[in-house]
Amino acid sequence: MREFNELRITGLNKYYGNKKVVDNFNLTIKNGEFVTLLGPSGSGKSTVLNCIAGLVPIDGGSIYIDDECLDDGKKFVPPERRNFGMVFQNYALFPHLSVFDNVAFGLKLRKLPKDIVKEKVIDALKMVHLEEHINKYPRQLSGGEQQRVALARCIVMEPRVMLLDEPLSNLDALLRIEMRYELKALHERLKITTIYVTHDQQEALALSDRIVVLNKGKIQQIGTPEEIYSYPANLFVANFLGFRNIWEVKISRFEGDREVHINLGNINLKAILHEKYKVHVRNIFENNKKPYISVRPEDIELGEGPENNIEVKIDVIEYLGQHKQFWGITSDGINIEISKDADISLKPGDNVKIWIPPERILVFSGED
Amino acid sequence: MGRRNIITILLFLLPAFFYLSFLFIYPFLYGLNLSLTDEKGNFTLENFIRFFSDPWDANTIWITLKIAIPATLLSILIAIPLAYYMRHGVRGEKFVTLLLILPITLGSVFIAEGMLTYMGPNGWLNKLLMFLRITDKPVKLTHNYWGVLIALIIQGFPFVFLMLLGYISGIDPNLEKAASVLGANRWHIFWKVILPLWLPGITMAMSLNFVMNFTVFPSAVLLGQPSGPTRVISISAFQWAFEKFNFHMSSAVAIIMGIVELIFILIVMFIRQGLYRGSTVAGKG
Repeated sequence: MREFNELRITGLNKYYGNKKVVDNFNLTIKNGEFVTLLGPSGSGKSTVLNCIAGLVPIDGGSIYIDDECLDDGKKFVPPERRNFGMVFQNYALFPHLSVFDNVAFGLKLRKLPKDIVKEKVIDALKMVHLEEHINKYPRQLSGGEQQRVALARCIVMEPRVMLLDEPLSNLDALLRIEMRYELKALHERLKITTIYVTHDQQEALALSDRIVVLNKGKIQQIGTPEEIYSYPANLFVANFLGFRNIWEVKISRFEGDREVHINLGNINLKAILHEKYKVHVRNIFENNKKPYISVRPEDIELGEGPENNIEVKIDVIEYLGQHKQFWGITSDGINIEISKDADISLKPGDNVKIWIPPERILVFSGED
Repeated sequence: MGRRNIITILLFLLPAFFYLSFLFIYPFLYGLNLSLTDEKGNFTLENFIRFFSDPWDANTIWITLKIAIPATLLSILIAIPLAYYMRHGVRGEKFVTLLLILPITLGSVFIAEGMLTYMGPNGWLNKLLMFLRITDKPVKLTHNYWGVLIALIIQGFPFVFLMLLGYISGIDPNLEKAASVLGANRWHIFWKVILPLWLPGITMAMSLNFVMNFTVFPSAVLLGQPSGPTRVISISAFQWAFEKFNFHMSSAVAIIMGIVELIFILIVMFIRQGLYRGSTVAGKG
């Protein structure tokens, strides 16, 4: 039943009242792929997931599995006949049913013989290491255990597609990492096509084959974790993936097609563009769009470098265990965030020389 | 726990303790004592024997049950689908809720007066029915069984509905979503998810509504035939107390009322346990 080639979402639109919450969403997911919809709250990522599940009807576009139409505005396959699985942030276990009956819920609806139901339920519970809790009720389990029951309830149905709606957000930090590992291991093992919704970039990077970054209902970028992390497509994606220093600048000139000279206030900087960005930045320069640069706090170096030297006064220091976060201010009031090893001893008020490697500077327009 | 803490707790309990002692425990024990004694204060079961041996009194139990049970069941059966439909909120919900609260605030006498005119032989309802040729002579809906039944439903339905709506709105909507993704259609979702979780609320609303209906007094007097078919048990208690001035007998009647209500609630609980034996276990832990 799981056999299909691709899940195809084309031109998906969704309104809540007059508000367009999903705007022209296009995505094709291959069988076995792990795709994450990443975005802040209100970006429409959960709505897309609900549309795919069939829990929310779409207002435009279509959803297909190969040639089978699930929803195109006219034909609509209800959720109970899509054979998808879903896991919710708040687990959504049936409180009146035992762990066994929760996991068996869907199998019983399929009218499978009792012994087969039992066998499948036990197998699924073994997969999430919960077989000893089979007779307990949800409220007797911890949050992590409850979410694993929800996961078992989903995989026991052998769904064609698994839809996970922020499944780890209600768990504490340690458990989240543990469950993340289990999810990844489960996917490696079962290869169930998975669509995962989260606002946590770490989760997205750790789990996904591909990430779709969403903002205000629109796709910002689709790519592998490496692509998204290293080469964000615009200022929003850069900011969301940790390029926390964002400054409005002026481009003074191009040298060749990859070397850009920039004025940040009265500081002169040089950026060396990656291949992917050269057309984009040339376009910003030639069309007089408002340029911004972004730099990761951990890419900024201390000391005197070959170029892009800046002097800052340290304002605030945060100790974060493995590293320290420094906030510095330049003489003309530009704030710079720097992340360095924890053993570096600086005090608030110190004047420090820093430099930015030119290939670590990304240039974007503020308009897209 | 420190000494101060215990004193604080006791102080906080004081108002509730006074309230319960003076307004419930003392009157209840006083009434129980009255019902089990004669005029001279000697212990006797005579009051109860007298009630059950006189059909004029004993029958009031059946008369009241015949009104109270259908009124309760009808209110619940009308309220269930409506509350189910409105569980995720609907447009104009505040207006609907207001309409429903009105009969509660108006009080039973006001409703009875309104019904007497509106549903009486010359009322609008009968005029309309005759105009539409549904009937050729007025349908008698006041001063009989039906009048009392309708009045009880008008008063009880909003109460039951609001309780049921409150309860079902508290059921996580994600449970329905989860069930439907797992292959459950609307029918399955209602019977396997919503109803088992709703049942505690339904039984509670049913029990409270039954107690309200079983103690009916004004509607039975104003809209029924208090000397015959709608001579409910509270009328019997009233007459013993304030027409024959026998407080021992009237207390006995009140105790009997309480016992019947208790039996009804126990039966409802028993049926609920039987319906979802496994499910109610979820209440523990």
